[in-house]
Amino acid sequence: MNISERRADFPILNTQMNGEPLTYLDNAATTQKPQAVIDAISQYYLHDNANVHRGVYSLAARATDQYEAVRDQVAAFIHAPQRESVFFTRSTTDSLNWVAQTYGEQNLQAGDEIVVTALEHHSNLVPWQQLAQRKQAQLKVIQLTSTGELDWASAQQQITDRTKIVAVAHCSNVLGVTCPIQKLARLAHQHGAIIVVDGAQAVAHQPVNVQTLDADFYAFSGHKLLGPTGVGVLYGKLALLQTLTPAQFGGEMISNVTWEHTEFAPIPQRFEAGTPNISGVIGLGAALTYIQQLGFAAIQTQERQLTAQLLNGLLTFPDVTVYGPQQVAQHGPVVAFNVDGIHPHDVATGLDLAGVAVRAGHHCAQPLMQVLQVPTTVRASVQFYNSAADIARFLAALQAVKEFFQQ
Amino acid sequence: MSLLKLNDLYKTVILEHARAPHHYGQLADVPATTLNNPTCGDVITVQVQVTAEKISRIRFSGQGCTISQASASVMTDVLSGQSVEQAQRLIQAFSKLVIGEKVAEQWTKQLGEAAVLGSVAEFPTRIRCATLAWHAAAQALGEIDE
Repeated sequence: MNISERRADFPILNTQMNGEPLTYLDNAATTQKPQAVIDAISQYYLHDNANVHRGVYSLAARATDQYEAVRDQVAAFIHAPQRESVFFTRSTTDSLNWVAQTYGEQNLQAGDEIVVTALEHHSNLVPWQQLAQRKQAQLKVIQLTSTGELDWASAQQQITDRTKIVAVAHCSNVLGVTCPIQKLARLAHQHGAIIVVDGAQAVAHQPVNVQTLDADFYAFSGHKLLGPTGVGVLYGKLALLQTLTPAQFGGEMISNVTWEHTEFAPIPQRFEAGTPNISGVIGLGAALTYIQQLGFAAIQTQERQLTAQLLNGLLTFPDVTVYGPQQVAQHGPVVAFNVDGIHPHDVATGLDLAGVAVRAGHHCAQPLMQVLQVPTTVRASVQFYNSAADIARFLAALQAVKEFFQQ
Repeated sequence: MSLLKLNDLYKTVILEHARAPHHYGQLADVPATTLNNPTCGDVITVQVQVTAEKISRIRFSGQGCTISQASASVMTDVLSGQSVEQAQRLIQAFSKLVIGEKVAEQWTKQLGEAAVLGSVAEFPTRIRCATLAWHAAAQALGEIDE
């Protein structure tokens, strides 16, 4: 991969922050957008803007065609068996809430169990916790090993014949670990449960095949995948989707309405009430095209090198604690750490002044912070468009911040 | 390297307060007000004891960044011995100062070391760190008033 050419595709990477070159290492929060995505959105508004699935005029047909073409593209991207299994939402959070409020609401009974893991983001925890409370169901948690990986014995213990839903992140947004989805799906299915996968941190970094994973639902966002904010995806197995009554009603999702009765549109329109985020979907399509042209082989090679430089660089500091696996082979592109005696916010402010953007806080995973026994951490996360120079600048700035506070 | 700008925010007096905070601890039999900063999870507890309408004892405890710890520490110095009314005015003045609003000189004088935290106005993402303890104190005083 020609890094300088790829970096040129992302105009923001050539800007400054606090008088220093922008070193963007908060990719797990949101990725930067290539010019191709920005152009696709403005092209749509300049030349193709019309509402979808309504107008008989040519412009509306063009907008609808573009929107529906992205559905095909997404289906191919995650290897969904058919396009009808894919529908558009606002975000990963919206997708996961949809499953809780639709599948969960319609299938859960008092005494049933929902199983999550200790590393979940709030978006794949709170919807289930609230559903469990509404349904008088029990929320159970699969624990982690000392290196932050899923404890398989705990998974086997927590998932039982009473379990109806297993909700799990494909990749952690804190620990940089990947969960064994295929294995968990088999276990869940053996007990008659479904598995809901939060793919937010996975889809930009590895090829995803929902059929191989045997995921019943798979959720992700556009904005962590080089696409715009405000658009998310939910994949569901068609046989499951066909059993569900929509949770939202209105335009777009009907085929016939009388005063007394409504016939719903076929799946997936049935689950896309109202005017969707058309420009967002078109932007997502451009992002997927960009990633497909680059190819995951090239992306993974570059990201593995960056992760190795980042992780090994951090581990050379004797007063830095890295959470999660300490070996690059087990570590994804997200690295959470703390510096002894320096609060994460102070570290992040110091790095900010050196032009380095990292996250400091609980990363929307407060229960995981309890497991790690820290209030908060710093987190650096890489994307293929980061350079070795980015990581070197980060490590040098961290050294300077340490010296300032430890003087 | 622009890291030198760290000195603008983390002035010596702030670093010293954070390293050895004043009035850190807890008072038995005095109600505690605890506030947290939802963006970072920091938690600060403030206790204020008022005797004859003056703040006779004040303590803070909890975990936080340099700014929130130092701010809590200087606050306890500033508010000790003040009347409830005067303390509330000082808290208001401090809240204005850290968002970059103009504050009359009499107030910056009385805020003393706390006025140094006015530089946090240049670091918008850190303003909440500076105000956390002061909000907790305002709440504690409000509850005493009632």
